[in-house]
Amino acid sequence: MAAPAGRPKVTNMNHGFLRRYLFSTDHKTIGLQYITLSIFAAFVGIALSVLMRFHLVYPESRWRLLETLWPDGAPGGVMTPELYLSLMTMHGTIMVFFLLTTVPQGGFGNYFLPLQIGAADMAFPRLNMLSFWTTFLSFVVLCAAFFVEGGAPLAGWTAYPPLSAVGQIAGPGQGLGQTLWVLSIALFCIASLMGAINFITTTLELRTRGMSLLRMPLTCWGWFTTAIISLFAFGVLLAGGVLLLLDREAGTSFFLPAGLMINDKLLANKGGSPLLFQHLFWFFGHPEVYIAILPGMGAVSTILATFSRKPVFGYRAMIWAMLIIGFLSFVVWGHHMFISGMSPYSSIAFSLLTVTVGVPSAIKTFNWLGTIWGGSLRLTTAMLFALGFVSVFISGGLTGLILGQPALDSYFHDTYFVVGHFHMIMGVATVFAAFAATFYWFPKMRGRMMNETLGRIHFYLTFIGVYAIFIPMHFAGIAGNPRRYADFAQFDFLKDLSFLHKATTHAAFFTAAVQLLFLFNFLWSWWKGPKAGQNPWHATTLEWTLPSPPPEENFGHNPPQVHRGPYDYSLPGAPKDFLMQQEER
Amino acid sequence: MNVAAPGARRRASHTGLYAFLCSVIMFFGAFTSAMVVRRGASNDWKGIPAPDLLWVNTGILALSSVAVEKARRHLREGNRKNFNIAWSTASLLGALFIAGQILVWKDLRAAGVFLNSHPGSAFFYVGTVAHAAHLAGGWIAMAFLNWQALRWTLGPGKRTAVDVASIYWHFLGLLWVYLLWLFRFWGN
Repeated sequence: MAAPAGRPKVTNMNHGFLRRYLFSTDHKTIGLQYITLSIFAAFVGIALSVLMRFHLVYPESRWRLLETLWPDGAPGGVMTPELYLSLMTMHGTIMVFFLLTTVPQGGFGNYFLPLQIGAADMAFPRLNMLSFWTTFLSFVVLCAAFFVEGGAPLAGWTAYPPLSAVGQIAGPGQGLGQTLWVLSIALFCIASLMGAINFITTTLELRTRGMSLLRMPLTCWGWFTTAIISLFAFGVLLAGGVLLLLDREAGTSFFLPAGLMINDKLLANKGGSPLLFQHLFWFFGHPEVYIAILPGMGAVSTILATFSRKPVFGYRAMIWAMLIIGFLSFVVWGHHMFISGMSPYSSIAFSLLTVTVGVPSAIKTFNWLGTIWGGSLRLTTAMLFALGFVSVFISGGLTGLILGQPALDSYFHDTYFVVGHFHMIMGVATVFAAFAATFYWFPKMRGRMMNETLGRIHFYLTFIGVYAIFIPMHFAGIAGNPRRYADFAQFDFLKDLSFLHKATTHAAFFTAAVQLLFLFNFLWSWWKGPKAGQNPWHATTLEWTLPSPPPEENFGHNPPQVHRGPYDYSLPGAPKDFLMQQEER
Repeated sequence: MNVAAPGARRRASHTGLYAFLCSVIMFFGAFTSAMVVRRGASNDWKGIPAPDLLWVNTGILALSSVAVEKARRHLREGNRKNFNIAWSTASLLGALFIAGQILVWKDLRAAGVFLNSHPGSAFFYVGTVAHAAHLAGGWIAMAFLNWQALRWTLGPGKRTAVDVASIYWHFLGLLWVYLLWLFRFWGN
């Protein structure tokens, strides 16, 4: 284990290029590395989704680009169902792991946790670096699946056996492509576990003087809770991945039952249980939803308070809600398996526990509204995205209550209703929080402001765009539109939905194009944005006491003394409308 | 809490270790639940013929833990020479355990028990190899400290590293006892 960074490190800005930008142990550089990786992954994922959407509504069209990229997957420029499934698998895997899991925790968490608790660095800086590079390697291994014989895997981001466990016989990408997928996820698990150990230790042991747990910003509580969930979840996925790999490569039968016929071939395996993998996967998979969204909840709470000039309403209740959500995340996995043939008694138990998640979620939503209620709202881009987060969290969360009912889920489970639901609650909500965090913290990370006008345009267009994409999907689901199908044209009962699908596709293309505005704004502001001061938002937490960008040694040999909680806005009798955490009065 | 306070590094190392142990427990917990479910899923479960060597290996691992504790006591007393003897003994016994496990796998292969023979053998190989992999990691840390100790470069600040390696080693000893019970008694 790397030596912990309990004491302020000696500043040495004379590192060479490799030490400073690539193999840095500075948490800020590592945070930026995660953010860069995530932005790249996001654009790859978006590109894949746009290709899929166009194929769904123009299945017969010939796209020369497709044939160039995938000569076997798109002969004559027409996408085969196998290529569609491989794009879907890679889109889901890239987005869930390398965007939604990576940017909130690895990116912003790495950069700001030590700053917000007054530490010099993460507890184990070398482990931190190793964690990033393992994540990077995991991404490379996953993308390599595009370039091997048979191409990328087809089994979806959930990789259910038996089809994920039997090899090439189940489809072109189920050979080496699926093996690379499993290896990539195993590497990702190891990287995430290293990260979780670092976050937990840093939070518990490296807080500065006066920074009690109940004075930590809710962002830190979000990262801390997420790290705890990661610590307990990723080991289980790793175990499932190891067993799946052995079923694929070593001829074992953990998940493969007897008498399995695939493409007219009888397999020799016997006795295994495909459901066993589902249990292992979803024991990780459901907590994964909260791993993605909890850091965003913390960031949104902070941003709403800052731009309402009010303390967070019910600070302690927010912490309890996060911890309860974290706990419940481990006892609801069965609701992903209602239609797997589980006992109805288990279904009832999982259903009750699932709807219970609505209680802490409602507490959080109520408290966000309470925070902005009567506040002096400043509608900056960060604030707009934070408000947008609350909106999509409600829209996406309410349909979760519907899917938590076994009777309703048996109808909706394999339809677009689920696609609409999880994109809203897990994808869009988390990405909105990440956008809010980007606009909020960009001045600190770069020392320059992002362009607010471009930011607002980006927000409004994205907000309209995501609702235009994902709300119609719920209606398609209600109409019985199955998901994971490459082509609806052959089903008469779906003909009436063709307009809805076309509109969805165009909305998707439009929303994807709008993201280039963000990319432009980010890059332009990185080099040309107007200089930001130390604390442009008049915020209260410790990172705003440092120059922008912060020096490598953070607080150096003078760790701050904290005197108050994180959200002291609009204090009666105070000389200004906020007091920073290290200010005495 | 003062980040620069004495003992901060030591506390951080211990907290990091305990967090790591939680993730290892979850990994083997998932492994155990998979074993229970898989055994109940079909009637093809068979135990494995446990070679006597497993008991010898268990004894070796237990002795290495005893040697680790002896070494820690010598270190606390400042008796570096005896620390070196005890810690080297522990390292040697650790290497012997891994060599012994390799012999067990070889014996099983010779008896026609392979990874894919039946679910009992599959779980045995996965469990013991995963344990050995974790143990090998601990052994590398142990050997590194041993190398420093024998060159008399193990400073007083390294007590934390010795303690962390020791706790991890004992944990892996307990984990082995659990796995042995799982395979030898529950699995048979």
